[in-house]
Amino acid sequence: MSEIDALKPAADIGGPCQPLLTVEGLSKHFALNASLFGKASVVRAVDDVSFSVAKGEVLGIVGESGCGKSTTARLIIGLMPSDAGKILFDGEPVGPVLSLSELRQRVQMVFQDSYASLNPRLTIEDTIAFGPKVHGVAPPQARARAHDLLRKVGLDPALFADRYPHELSGGQRQRINIARALALAPRLVILDEAVSALDKSVEAQVLNLLIDLKEEFGLTYLFISHDLNVVRFISDRVIVMYLGEIVESGPVEALWTDARHPYTRALLAAMPSLDPDNRTQEAPISGDPPNPIDPPPGCRFHTRCAHAEAICSARAPRLMATGGERHLAACFMVDPGSGHSKAVAPKVKETVNG
Amino acid sequence: MSVLADDLIDLAATRKSRGYWGNVGRRLLRDPVSMICAAILLLIALAAVFAPYLGLADPYLGSMIRRLRPIGTAGYPLGTDELGRDMLTRLVHGGRLSLLIGLLPVVFAFFIGTTLGIIAGYLGGVVNQLIMRTVDVFYAFPSVLLAIAISGALGGGLLNSLLSLTIVFIPPIVRVAESVTTGVRSLDFVDAARASGAGALTIMRVHILGNVLGPIFVYATSLISVCMILAAGLSFLGLGTKPPEPEWGLMLNTLRTAIYVNPWVAALPGVMIFTVSICFNLLSDGMRSAMDVRN
Repeated sequence: MSEIDALKPAADIGGPCQPLLTVEGLSKHFALNASLFGKASVVRAVDDVSFSVAKGEVLGIVGESGCGKSTTARLIIGLMPSDAGKILFDGEPVGPVLSLSELRQRVQMVFQDSYASLNPRLTIEDTIAFGPKVHGVAPPQARARAHDLLRKVGLDPALFADRYPHELSGGQRQRINIARALALAPRLVILDEAVSALDKSVEAQVLNLLIDLKEEFGLTYLFISHDLNVVRFISDRVIVMYLGEIVESGPVEALWTDARHPYTRALLAAMPSLDPDNRTQEAPISGDPPNPIDPPPGCRFHTRCAHAEAICSARAPRLMATGGERHLAACFMVDPGSGHSKAVAPKVKETVNG
Repeated sequence: MSVLADDLIDLAATRKSRGYWGNVGRRLLRDPVSMICAAILLLIALAAVFAPYLGLADPYLGSMIRRLRPIGTAGYPLGTDELGRDMLTRLVHGGRLSLLIGLLPVVFAFFIGTTLGIIAGYLGGVVNQLIMRTVDVFYAFPSVLLAIAISGALGGGLLNSLLSLTIVFIPPIVRVAESVTTGVRSLDFVDAARASGAGALTIMRVHILGNVLGPIFVYATSLISVCMILAAGLSFLGLGTKPPEPEWGLMLNTLRTAIYVNPWVAALPGVMIFTVSICFNLLSDGMRSAMDVRN
């Protein structure tokens, strides 16, 4: 594999215990100046979000549309500047130590719209070889790498290298997008609704491909989706976002069996069941999320929460340990000292996954 | 990793891909109107280019006793002008200057305007404001007036009228290029290119240019006819070509006095301008629909 020598995955720095990606207090506020004299209103798309991704892990991010999932992804890869917060990649802060262009070799992204994320005027080969060429790989080597990656994502280079995006199916295009993301030998791949637009059989194939590639290249995934089944299938750990904030996070099984935040429970209850005896008769949460320009005071979910009490609109709950391993929730009901009538003490030594 | 659903498409995929421009060319070839217009334009252009070798009469040689002969006179198939010069010769020779003055400003404006428009559209912010507001200043004047004003200020002559027409056509092309670029810039593949660490110049060259060139090119083609008419107007006012050079606009001007004596001959240069401009317009319409992938 001498032709790929020019682009190797960045060397590991902190060892297996150091998170590959750490996000601290990440915020993005979009200013909307409605009129010349009116007060500029602000959309808090991402508000003080902190989390970390362990090496080799698949971290899922779920939430309704508009909750800030995609904005978080774009902030991490530097497609838009953040207003506040720090991003550390393998312990190195992005900006002072790790430059944006170095980060962009280590982190790559696969977008939802498989058609819009491919240049309609470039052949598949040129699309995949573009990144390596930008990073100084000679064109013949970049082409060889493109062919190699096409094989890796299950497409025959002889058939596909010279073709254009509009000649391919959605599943094939998304395989191209995955190959393009892998072309720079990244360590972290952000999959922003990467399989959401595919039909179910193709979605399953692409998910299996992602799992195979993760094993082969030792990748870490940040998997953003609104499809809870898919997230459960592929993720090790899940973050639930609501209106720009993290409301709950934890290992996927703990979240599914013992969700502590009412919003997470509502999301899980909203999943359609395949069992005809287990029909959902009514929507567990009604209405749309509140306007993010003017989010409700206190807990942002209290306007739709069945358990809301006075305290919920007075103060904002913080992410707290729930007792389960690495399981956090931002709800007064897990905080015994909060004064919420349904607050319970965290269960000590719960055997999750047991 | 066998892909069942995709395998069917794989079977169809064995034919060699033609590429985007190959498909556009194929669709254009199937459009009879575009092909007729292209043939007429090609004929006029070839006649103009090879005018000295076609064995026509001398375009400058007049004859005082054979002035304003009607169409169909023996030896003068399209009659003679007010100085007794052969109209057919002058119309063919006139095509050289008229086509040049109709095409060159648009070509120059296309290169300059596309560059500025892509830069403004891709970079946005202050650069966009700077370029687009400057362009707006030129928009304050009607294009005919602007061309006459610049030509008038620079003085007559072919070069100055080329320059003034170029300046007139830069702003509309910048506008179109900027709006198309703004649309393309928001697509995911531009974000993907940025995420792979490419600089602004590389992205504009590799990813933006190919996707915006089509619409801008179609628009610029439609400007050729406008440019020819404006150039004819400048010549008519005495700001462009100088007599005795054969040029359609100028010929229209000098034959104007003969409109009551021999209206059919006097109208001939106008017919040429009309034919060429309508052919360019129809051809650009044909290209617009040929480039529409949804067809």
